[in-house]
Amino acid sequence: MSSEFYRDMILDYYRHPRNYGSIEDAQIKVQESNPLCGDDIELYIKLDADKKVEDIKFKGKGCAISIASASLMTELLKGKKLDELLSFSKKDLLDALGIETLGLNPVRIKCALLPYKALKIGIYNHLGEKISEEEEHLLDYEADAEGVS
Amino acid sequence: MYPDQLDPEIIKQDFPIFKRRIYGKPLIYLDNAATTQKPRQVIEAIREFYQNYNANVHRGVYRLSVEATEAFENARAKVARFINAKDSEIVFTKNATEALNLVAYSWGLCNLKKGDRILLTEMEHHSNIVPWQLVAKHTGAVVDYIPINEDGLLVDEEVDRLLNLEPKIVSITQASNVLGTINDVKEIVEKAHKVGAIAVVDAAQSVPHMRVDVKELGCDFLAFSGHKALGPLGVGVLYGKRDLLKDMNPFLGGGDMISRVWLSGAEWNELPWKFEAGTSSVADVIGLGAAVDYLNSIGMSRVRAHEVRLTEYALKRLSEISDIRIYGPRDLDKRSGVISFNLSGIHPHDLATILDEEGIAIRAGHHCAMPLMTKLGVAATARASFYIYNSESDIDALVEGLYKARRIFKL
Repeated sequence: MSSEFYRDMILDYYRHPRNYGSIEDAQIKVQESNPLCGDDIELYIKLDADKKVEDIKFKGKGCAISIASASLMTELLKGKKLDELLSFSKKDLLDALGIETLGLNPVRIKCALLPYKALKIGIYNHLGEKISEEEEHLLDYEADAEGVS
Repeated sequence: MYPDQLDPEIIKQDFPIFKRRIYGKPLIYLDNAATTQKPRQVIEAIREFYQNYNANVHRGVYRLSVEATEAFENARAKVARFINAKDSEIVFTKNATEALNLVAYSWGLCNLKKGDRILLTEMEHHSNIVPWQLVAKHTGAVVDYIPINEDGLLVDEEVDRLLNLEPKIVSITQASNVLGTINDVKEIVEKAHKVGAIAVVDAAQSVPHMRVDVKELGCDFLAFSGHKALGPLGVGVLYGKRDLLKDMNPFLGGGDMISRVWLSGAEWNELPWKFEAGTSSVADVIGLGAAVDYLNSIGMSRVRAHEVRLTEYALKRLSEISDIRIYGPRDLDKRSGVISFNLSGIHPHDLATILDEEGIAIRAGHHCAMPLMTKLGVAATARASFYIYNSESDIDALVEGLYKARRIFKL
């Protein structure tokens, strides 16, 4: 049942978000929102000379799922290299949240993936690459796919 | 129970969907402001059309087409009587949004010029904001909004002040889809007319729930959707005064809306068909006719009385929960069966997910009223909205579900 999602770990990440705030001199700054619920997230990533994540922060408002997800994602990505950020997948995030087995419905999986969407758009913008239509479609429409719902 | 009181348990038997189980539990449907469930009489009318007399209307001379046309126009007559209008004043659209767009474009583009004012309220649904913003952009007109107070009521002095700016058109909701506020539309229409404005009423949340009489309101236009009144999705209604509709340009061009077409131009069809370009959703219009019959068989005053009772009970029960904020007026005369609320520490989306597991359907989000959310200082609210098949036990289940959410969130 999906209420099992709201376990202690998630509630803790929601109530005490890690890496909450903004980074003035971040190279990657991106804002994403979910028009359905009005949830909103800003993601900041500061890279060091070796293109490693020196610092990563987020702020915004949202449900327990999106805030816990953003909170956890920043923890997972700290210290990672840029190409590791690129290969960081939806599954990586959803697995870390333990969503896979809970049967969370597609609408709510979108909440969990809002920070992920911000991350991907932020990286592409930083690299000066246009997101391929395919990738954009995946971000918008198949955020819930990949057999997780 | 009073002798005249409607019994939701008996009404429920007309709605096949309530046989469904959601995660093994009975469905408790509290999202009626979004759309209502359909009685078998409506489903049957649609099935009957496709099975026995499916044909295009206003076209064929053959038997099926004649029957389809008769049923289609008969549904128009039912809708007209339902709100005390003439048949020729009822235009079928695809939804209330399209009906409001029709007025904004067909009336607005021809009658508004730079500096003219359009008056709306802060509690409007996006469908009664965005079309006006678009038309304002086209024409250079300006949009003003009547503010609301702490209780979710329009500020009277501001109504008068903004009307004194002599808007050309005033468009206002009769019942708010978020706050439940019932506005005194009749009074505002009168005042609007005094300053020479055209008055439009968004009745999407009122027509399904109370007796609405366009003659009594005196409004120039009124829009609502069929699917919020037991009818099928895909049909909206625009009422417009004949003289105004006559002078307006068509909204969409195409088949059925013309009387003659030359290569150099066209002549418009009679009312209301001038505004119904292309093939309408015929079966759904007929389904809406059946929905009107169903509501008439209950009686709109009984519908309203039932919802007032439920709302009173719900407000009382919800208020027992600590850390709840309930929006909108407490005066039941000024409130429809829509209750928006927030529990502190739990996002409405999380609430909706937890309630869903109990088979309870509520809405969580901004309810297509983002300016109102900004005014209330929230990103979203949870919303329960009632109809004829809801009972006090549904509200008990909702309250129980909210306590469960608090337990899960360890509050």
